[in-house]
Amino acid sequence: MANWIDACAAEDIDEEDVIRFDYDGRTFAIYRSPDNVYFCTDGLCTHEQIHLADGLVMDHTIECPKHNGQFDYRTGKAMRAPVCVNLGTYATKVEGDRVLIEI
Amino acid sequence: MSGIVILGGGECGSRAAFSARDQGYSGPITIVDEETGLPYERPPLSKPDAQGIIRKPICSADMLRDKAITLLDGLQAISLDREVRCVTLSTGVKLGYDKLLFATGASARQLTCDGGERALSLRTVHDAARIYDIAQPGTKVVIVGAGLIGLELAAVLVARGVDVSVLEYAPVALGRNVPRPLAQRIVDRHVSEGSHIFCGVEVDSITAGHVVLADGRMLAANLVVAAIGVAPRTGLAAVAGLAIENGVCVNDNLCTDDPHVFAAGDCASVQRGGIRQRFETWQNAQIQGDIAGRNMAGGQHAFDGPVWFWSDQFDLGLQGVGQTNGAVFATRKVDNDAEVLFYVNEASQLVGAVGLGRGNAIAKDIKLAQKLIEAGVSIVAEHLNDPDINLKTLLKPATTA
Repeated sequence: MANWIDACAAEDIDEEDVIRFDYDGRTFAIYRSPDNVYFCTDGLCTHEQIHLADGLVMDHTIECPKHNGQFDYRTGKAMRAPVCVNLGTYATKVEGDRVLIEI
Repeated sequence: MSGIVILGGGECGSRAAFSARDQGYSGPITIVDEETGLPYERPPLSKPDAQGIIRKPICSADMLRDKAITLLDGLQAISLDREVRCVTLSTGVKLGYDKLLFATGASARQLTCDGGERALSLRTVHDAARIYDIAQPGTKVVIVGAGLIGLELAAVLVARGVDVSVLEYAPVALGRNVPRPLAQRIVDRHVSEGSHIFCGVEVDSITAGHVVLADGRMLAANLVVAAIGVAPRTGLAAVAGLAIENGVCVNDNLCTDDPHVFAAGDCASVQRGGIRQRFETWQNAQIQGDIAGRNMAGGQHAFDGPVWFWSDQFDLGLQGVGQTNGAVFATRKVDNDAEVLFYVNEASQLVGAVGLGRGNAIAKDIKLAQKLIEAGVSIVAEHLNDPDINLKTLLKPATTA
């Protein structure tokens, strides 16, 4: 059953950037793409459990701050070694000035 | 049966195998590795968790099988005949090849003083297991060499309750690849955590239970670890007549003078700035492995990007990219205890950056620095110095009408 969580204000995330969002013992990464669309993935890199929110967003990829693994944050797909396991992704929607994620 | 044969199953050799396949190579690919078991990552060896060392595989047996990559582990290549393109293994088996890759890595330098053979090294998963087995809380460990690996190990052992002394021949710790202000901060942290760091000292000898210094001082030691750098493993390449100069000489495509033989990673030397350089970093092993793999499969990729490294010391994260020697051009205070130093060439193009901060505080700026280096953009110090200016804007200047 859909469980929409109010995660942050739309303006909390710069364009082409990411923030960390912790909820109920879990951690997520919420992205704002260069074309102003919001996405959400698991918060930790699948390689060594590093918070992706410290990493670099370029276009539609997030690069892990530690070992340079890359994911397409729209799909969670692992794009570059050392990562080989995809990230889980979660639906988002914007209501008013708030970003909600479905977990 | 010929195909691609890769000598060495570390980060570089494994990456080369997968990249050759990604490039569309359909012939046999064989990795020959002296160690047993699946290829594993070396960086975690200096970062054990509470249970001890972590053997983190680079790939699974399924991944190798899916890509039809054969791993011959626990075997050594003992001779190479380049005329007939054949490698002979320690079992006597002969492997023909169309392309051969030296990804043989490097081996830890040994101490040459009396009793130097008593010191362990930290290079393989077996080395790590022996070290952490002996270095129990309350024991005394002497680490010779205050470079990144020596200090990473010191940090881990001190946190375990080991009495750690680090000996450095040079006048300062981390002198080879960390700028002084950052190195000093790391050293200060080690001292505050309880490590004893001695610089400008020479080891005279190692006895059962002691390290004797040239000035006569004696340090008790249950274990001595030599962390004095590595030497490229070039033996077989040299015997086979390949050019060796600070590693196996390769061009920018990572090919030797023999078009059927490549070298990459710790064992390979490339021409940079008029000298033959080797890059002993995990990322270089990965990138050069990728390039060599693709080129063996018919690609034409050149190794030209800046090399990146990281080190974890307690909760401090150090990262550097490119050339980080010479005068500091700009300093960016990312937050109260995180800063990044930048280096430029005569054309004011960024050539290097190195940063230190808690956790991954400097990671984003170092990644952007890497992209700025690759893009070759000219930089003014004021922009780098100002932490409120997102470095991304320097990479993508706003287009004005």
